[in-house]
Amino acid sequence: MKGFKIIVLAKQVPDTRNVGKDAMKANGTVNRAALPAVFNPEDLKALEQALRIKDQYPGTTITLLTMGPGRAAEIIREGLYRGADGGILITDRKFAGSDTLATSYAISLAIKKMAPYDMILAGRQAIDGDTAQVGPQAAEKLGIPQVTYCEEIVSINHKKVTVKRRLERGVETMEAPLPVLITVHGSAPECRSRNAKLLMKYKHAQTITEMQEATDDYIELHDSRPYLDIPEWTVADLNADEKWLGLSGSPTKVKKVTNVVFKAKESKVLTDSDEDIERLIIELLENHTIG
Amino acid sequence: MNNIIVYCEIEEGGIADVSLELLTKGRKLADRLNCELEAVVVSNEIKGIEKVVFPYGVDTLYLAFDEKLYPYQTLPHASVLTKLFEEQKPQIALLGATSIGRDLAPRIASALKCGLTADCTSLEIGDHRDKKQKKDYHDLLYQIRPAFGGNIIATIINPDTRPQMATVREGVMKKEIFDPKYKGKVKKLKTSEYVSKEDFVVKILERHIEKKKIDIKSAQIIVSGGYGMGSKENFEMLFELADVLGGDVGGSRAAVDAGFIPHERQVGQTGVTVRPHLYIACGISGAVQHRAGMEESAMIISINKDPNAPINSIADYAIIGDVGEVIPKLIKFYKKNAK
Repeated sequence: MKGFKIIVLAKQVPDTRNVGKDAMKANGTVNRAALPAVFNPEDLKALEQALRIKDQYPGTTITLLTMGPGRAAEIIREGLYRGADGGILITDRKFAGSDTLATSYAISLAIKKMAPYDMILAGRQAIDGDTAQVGPQAAEKLGIPQVTYCEEIVSINHKKVTVKRRLERGVETMEAPLPVLITVHGSAPECRSRNAKLLMKYKHAQTITEMQEATDDYIELHDSRPYLDIPEWTVADLNADEKWLGLSGSPTKVKKVTNVVFKAKESKVLTDSDEDIERLIIELLENHTIG
Repeated sequence: MNNIIVYCEIEEGGIADVSLELLTKGRKLADRLNCELEAVVVSNEIKGIEKVVFPYGVDTLYLAFDEKLYPYQTLPHASVLTKLFEEQKPQIALLGATSIGRDLAPRIASALKCGLTADCTSLEIGDHRDKKQKKDYHDLLYQIRPAFGGNIIATIINPDTRPQMATVREGVMKKEIFDPKYKGKVKKLKTSEYVSKEDFVVKILERHIEKKKIDIKSAQIIVSGGYGMGSKENFEMLFELADVLGGDVGGSRAAVDAGFIPHERQVGQTGVTVRPHLYIACGISGAVQHRAGMEESAMIISINKDPNAPINSIADYAIIGDVGEVIPKLIKFYKKNAK
């Protein structure tokens, strides 16, 4: 059987899972800029599902698609080291401020440009926003079905794919026609590690912007090894309608952000008086601990 | 009229708790906005479902009944809701932040090009001024949710698009009958006008869903009792407090051993490990075996007569007093101050 053409959606995210002391500001709030940028964990698991198909069906190609600032090319290299065949970075200042709807619009245009494809794989959600919306929204815009919370791709042929999905209290096995968008759940297996040979091969994979900014000149190397090019696509490359991008294309607006303050566990000691108890209740209501 | 609509999730032939919680909240929002509350059920036929729904204060119940519409599948349910929202133009649409709601809502929001906020923990009504455009908005839905790994709480609004869509976590809102005699209208939808053959291209080959059991792990608020509660009867207070706050009840090993509460509710090394937003430890001394199962809770309140109880050292608030007096006060002042 010939291989499959798979697109993996990936996002570079601040690592919100382990907020250490050095990422805390003096006032007890988290310093977002101090958190390391990582390959979103469930997107890595989506890559693993794609790599397993590639192991089984030689000729399968895996292309990573990410949207973000220039530095997001880091996760494309990370994917190449683990077995992906290429990657595309969608980047443009005009995307700034995009919510999930505007993001899914940009991503769906890029996917259309990459067509034909058999399957799109993505993590269920990213650890910075936890919305789980971009995958299904992109599927809707592409007019293809979706299977969310995949734990395992059981089998695939050129007509259909069988997927085991993890629900809150059980599992479902689904059969979907290709092309389909599948989001991968945290209970799916971890991604394999970097491959030493691939690390050597793709060490100098860069976007044009990175090449221009680099001190070493790899232009000649890229001329002889075109696989080192990481294409950058802008709004113009996507033929996007700017009305649907960035802030203007984002129906949701952030009205207010409150930092959750982590206090050292110095207990406030209260008595059982009416005043103390009522003050506590009001405080808990105000900070939305209870509603 | 632009009403509030709640998608009712079907579970074991009945309506999921999260949907009933949303109806309870929806009724309050509808009263605040002076509009009607609507509900929609998409399923195979369930006789008498309106008797369950109307007491929550539902004015109109849309029923899309068809053998093919149960169990849930993304495409047909998205088609029904997208078309129904286009026809009815609700101002607010609420779904549970469950496997189903989080799969379905983004599909609808994308089709309608409207804003959607996932996993809200609180919903309020409020105004907004767009300073750049010098434009005032009244009675928007404030969609409040934790983000950034729980490090921030964000208030999200959708000023210009409708419906304002949100999914809400199970167990964060109260479930409360509005009026047992409340009567609404039933509107049956002709499903053939809402779904097409193409909506059924994905097939469910196998399905294993476990029956709902006691599972305190998913509760965002846990009221937990220890040996210091004194009796099984005194645990009733904890159930009352948990019910009022929209949480669940747990217990320490000592309380389980004493037969105050079943083992399924035990928190600790030999029970379950929980990380709720709020953990209220009542009459629990705080042995290591118990602390191991709850010390990662976002906020801990301890209620204990003994000021030197180990639990106090990991509590954010330590109330020194008798549980029998403190708990009724918590309930009283919550009822007095909650909106």
